[in-house]
Amino acid sequence: MSEWPLWEVFIRSMHGLAHKHVGSLHAPDAEMAIRNARDVYTRRNEGVSIWVVRSSDITASSPGDKEALFEPANSKVYRHPTFYEVPDEVENL
Amino acid sequence: MSAEFQERIEAGIKIEPKDEMPEGYRNTLIRQISQHAHSEIVGQLPEGNWITRAPTLKRKAILLAKVQDEAGHGLYLYAAVETLGVTREQTIQDLLSGKAKYSSIFNYPTLTWADIGAIGWLVDGAAIINQIPICRCSYGPYARAMVRICKEETFHQRQGFEIMLTLARGTPEQKAMAQDALNRWWWPSLMMHGPPDADSKHSAQSMAWKIKLFSNDELRQKFVDQIAPQADFLGLKIPDPDLKWNPERGHYDFGPIDWNEFYSVIQGNGPCNRERLQARIDAHRQGAWVRDAAAAYAAKQRAKARVA
Amino acid sequence: MSAGSDNILFEYLLRLGDNCLILSQRLSEWCGHGPVLEEDIALTNVALDLLGQARLWLSYAGEVEGRGRGEDDLAFLRDAREFRNVLLVEQSNADYAFTTARQFYFDAWHSLALSELMRSADVRVAEIAEKAAKEVTYHLQRSSEWVIRLGDGTEESRHRMQTAVDALWSYTGELFEMDEMDRSARERGLGPDWSALRERWMQYVARTFAEATLEIPQGTWMQRGGRHGVHSERLGYILAEMQFLQRAYPGAKW
Repeated sequence: MSEWPLWEVFIRSMHGLAHKHVGSLHAPDAEMAIRNARDVYTRRNEGVSIWVVRSSDITASSPGDKEALFEPANSKVYRHPTFYEVPDEVENL
Repeated sequence: MSAEFQERIEAGIKIEPKDEMPEGYRNTLIRQISQHAHSEIVGQLPEGNWITRAPTLKRKAILLAKVQDEAGHGLYLYAAVETLGVTREQTIQDLLSGKAKYSSIFNYPTLTWADIGAIGWLVDGAAIINQIPICRCSYGPYARAMVRICKEETFHQRQGFEIMLTLARGTPEQKAMAQDALNRWWWPSLMMHGPPDADSKHSAQSMAWKIKLFSNDELRQKFVDQIAPQADFLGLKIPDPDLKWNPERGHYDFGPIDWNEFYSVIQGNGPCNRERLQARIDAHRQGAWVRDAAAAYAAKQRAKARVA
Repeated sequence: MSAGSDNILFEYLLRLGDNCLILSQRLSEWCGHGPVLEEDIALTNVALDLLGQARLWLSYAGEVEGRGRGEDDLAFLRDAREFRNVLLVEQSNADYAFTTARQFYFDAWHSLALSELMRSADVRVAEIAEKAAKEVTYHLQRSSEWVIRLGDGTEESRHRMQTAVDALWSYTGELFEMDEMDRSARERGLGPDWSALRERWMQYVARTFAEATLEIPQGTWMQRGGRHGVHSERLGYILAEMQFLQRAYPGAKW
């Protein structure tokens, strides 16, 4: 029999925050993955909500595409507020 | 790739699972992280040996939580190995077949309750010194697992020291128990930082790759410098006639370590090698039908969902 | 008992506390030997919850008794005849099916018991029950899921699980027993009529077994005695191990 599948675990640590990847674990199904995530990753009050997703269901960008994916954004500095000059006297901008 | 890779390491940019990496780097990581994972799992056994005999309910709860943490740490580390393309099942098979190693300290027996104190104080103390730098190592998943582990481990050494302190301040029999534990665990703890730098075959490359940030001897010195004054505080004597403060070096000097014992235990000749491995083999074997059952149930549920 | 102390409440608390203590002790034997890492961790969480509950019940029992005995005196310095746990919780771990069946039978009762005890006329009892109830809700979900997975898993797991639920069946009757002490406690509003919980327990067990493709055991003979201090031979060994240090070094602090 093959090994239980691998799941990625995401935890919302506080109300108002986004779920964050905390690690992975093995579980036979989604229900057990949630329970195991509770027992493995929230032993010290780390969470208020858990997501689990099968690792094999995640599509990741490839490091080879890094330049094509991310470099074009580098040249568009005008998207950042620090690009703009604001005279010191002007407030609330 | 090698020069480019090395530049990236030097620049302090973390390596992530899908990044290109030299085979040697990958293999070194697989070996080191899996040894580390196995050490956590096998490390559950000597302490687990005293859970059912812990002397108070509070101590029992602390010890249970600690041994449970070790299972958790093994789990995080096996997951880090999986990011390098080796499944947990394969990694565990390497342990069970005797191919993979684990920290040889866990091949020593826990004979009295004081051993639980000594393990927390010395063995976890040595482990923390080894592990803290790894939080900054070059491989992202390993570094992140270590951050989590180090955070959780902070209570482990303290609870060990507290046990030793209680015993040292207890009845004469208890104090003798504490001294005896220190006598037996001291030298094996010093060996936990690995062979001397001169004989350490993987060290130089691992340091260049920033998988390792300090040499074995540096870490060992740090450990001795931390523990010696704590032993004084406890009123216990470290079993080394050569141990003394060296004001010129600003460090404690200590006597020669019996590396023959170290290599002999690694070769399988420690007092508990056979039973530690057998315990892991039994747990894995006896758990097979449970794992299979849950997998079979999940498969049936998936099949039902497809029909519906 | 010292004059004026409340023997009924004391005994009542021992029964609750000893169940948790002995079951926790049994579960902790698994730590480091579980069938898979995730399960090792999860089962230890249950052991820790029960140990925490045992400490609350036994500390309170010590206070009620008023002879200066604390949780550790009660746990480590009573002999087998003074333990008040049900026979079910002292049964051996055997395999994972036995461990799961024992846990499931107990959790299903424990969850009902605590929801009643939350309404106890004794404020401390109600408080402890309320804290424990949250933990036990999780225990029951977990053990139910495992009963279902092992029951409806492979041929081997189904066989093992059926064997376990059959073998442990005769220890479930004691959970619903009402003796003189329980009746007095009930009259004072301390806790429920245990026998009245049986039907709901049975419904839950039947529903879970149906999903698990397990057959409900048919035996009607029920073992009893634990709550009166007449245990199986196993308890002596559990205590010999658990109490060793306190017995070997009388009066030492740990």
